[in-house]
Amino acid sequence: MKILVPFKRVPDPATTIRILPDGSGIATDNVKWVINPFDEIAIEEALRIKERLKTGEVVLMTIGQSNWQEQLRTGLAMGADRAKLIVTDKPLDTLTIARVIAKVVAEEQPRLVILGKQAIDDDSNQVGQMLAEILGWPQATFASKLEIEGDRCTVVREVDGGLETVAFPLPAVVTTDLRLNEPRYASLPGIMKARKKELKEIPIESLGLDLTPKLRVKELKAPPKRQAGRKVGSVQELVKLLHEEAKLI
Amino acid sequence: MSEAVDQDILQTLRRFVEHDVIPVASDFEHRDEYPQALVDTMKQLGLFGATIPTEYGGLGLSFSTYARIIEELSRGWMSLSGVINSHLIMAFIIANAGTPEQKRRLLPGMATGEKRGGLALTEPHAGSDVQSIRTVAKRDGDNYILSGSKMFITNARHGTMLAVAAKTDPNAKPAYAGISMFAVEKNEHGPTVSRNLKKLGYKGIDTCEVVLDNLAVPAANLIGGQPGAGFKQVMSALEVGRINVAARAVGVAQAAFESAIRYSQQRVAFGKPICQHQAVQLMLADMGTRVEAARLLVQNAASRKDAGQRCDLEAGMAKLFASEACAKISLDAMRILGGYGYTQEFPVERFYRDAPLMMIGEGTNEIQSLVIARNLLERYRIN
Repeated sequence: MKILVPFKRVPDPATTIRILPDGSGIATDNVKWVINPFDEIAIEEALRIKERLKTGEVVLMTIGQSNWQEQLRTGLAMGADRAKLIVTDKPLDTLTIARVIAKVVAEEQPRLVILGKQAIDDDSNQVGQMLAEILGWPQATFASKLEIEGDRCTVVREVDGGLETVAFPLPAVVTTDLRLNEPRYASLPGIMKARKKELKEIPIESLGLDLTPKLRVKELKAPPKRQAGRKVGSVQELVKLLHEEAKLI
Repeated sequence: MSEAVDQDILQTLRRFVEHDVIPVASDFEHRDEYPQALVDTMKQLGLFGATIPTEYGGLGLSFSTYARIIEELSRGWMSLSGVINSHLIMAFIIANAGTPEQKRRLLPGMATGEKRGGLALTEPHAGSDVQSIRTVAKRDGDNYILSGSKMFITNARHGTMLAVAAKTDPNAKPAYAGISMFAVEKNEHGPTVSRNLKKLGYKGIDTCEVVLDNLAVPAANLIGGQPGAGFKQVMSALEVGRINVAARAVGVAQAAFESAIRYSQQRVAFGKPICQHQAVQLMLADMGTRVEAARLLVQNAASRKDAGQRCDLEAGMAKLFASEACAKISLDAMRILGGYGYTQEFPVERFYRDAPLMMIGEGTNEIQSLVIARNLLERYRIN
């Protein structure tokens, strides 16, 4: 079974993020880039499906500048078979990203597209859903368990207050939650093999899509600094302060 | 090997160390418990084949890359680098001096970590003075009968085989010409791992006393097939060991330095973070400079080894400087952390206890100094 795993490159969660003075984005010097952790879970799941079925192909894709190959190589080192880099230096909104992925789906014809439920940088949580809609495929978001039998897929979803099990026919789109699996390390032999695997760069213009963003980030701001608390002497004083100073009651 | 691959490898190692090793290292160390799960992950990562040639299933990494791997592992927990060090020294001896049949038979299993090796050279009364070993190997038909005892043998309990140095000719003059190396695979007859030694640091990993009690070893396992070649085989391999120990010292020193420079920015004394006090800054500058210098000496020795040159001078200098730097830096880190540095709340006390191993292991620093001096006098001889 062919599985497509689209992923996003994000700053390492351990990195301290600094916002540019003009609020247009984050300072990228000294930022270590990694595969979005939810997408990494998707790669791991795709590899496990392939290992369980003992057949198939795991294809990775990402969208970005032509020197953004490093994270694709990491995925190949984990065990994916080949990779596609859709090259652009423009920022894209989520709908455009879903359309780009849909184009790759049309060419690759995978039976399953599996990706993270959201990227840890902007937390949009939209691409998987949009992609399923564009393709007209079933979707299962927030997967914490995934089973495939023949042409049917069963997914346990993490929803508010519990778990929901859904079953649907393939092809389909699945987005991964945190507890689906724990991604493996790329082994050293895997890293060496990854250099010989196919990594194709495709200019985004060749997909024939309208890339004009419908959504624009106007400004980024750091959350306000938390101020130290204050001890009050009595309930009366607290109520008074809440009323007169905080104007909450 | 391309720089990009090296970077990927080191990044994976760093992730393993940050994610799996650092959070548990001190706990395992304080309990002196063998970190089986970490060793299993190291096996999955492929580390046991790091420097074994690719034709025998290894990764064929350069010693320069190997040194950086060891540094990274030791930054997390120095004991982990010991798990692969003597294993890879044994593999190096077989790959360099073994017969084609020995290479084919032994190396592929070592590369995957199924076969785990160690080096049994030191004896209770013979460390740096290798020539004075007393273990003997007598030919008996298709076997050699080995008897003697070995001391401080890393991986003896968890390993499956050992490269054992023994005298096939105890009366040889010079004495080193009588030494041979054997690949001794453990079986029900021995060798007997009699006890694990209690140590100041370097805990969690098995360092043992090993007894060879008239143990029959097939003559096919005499490394290289010719008796009397052992000393030379070992000396070349110990250069690898010295690079490893020097790289460990860099890793521990780096970890101590990182702890100190981090803490110095958090701890406030006399109204400002202590890193703004000059007394602390002087220490930080000295520590950072020493770590960097030690790292460059290690890389220098490793790149000579990669070029196929002898590097006993360079490896000796790297080992001497890096291990002394490591001891000083871990003590300075403790000074900067003050009372906390002395407690088990912070890992600095572990670095401080681990540091002396590198001054003693793989040839004491005093012996290193003699080797360095001998080489320098040779190089700068005026008549």
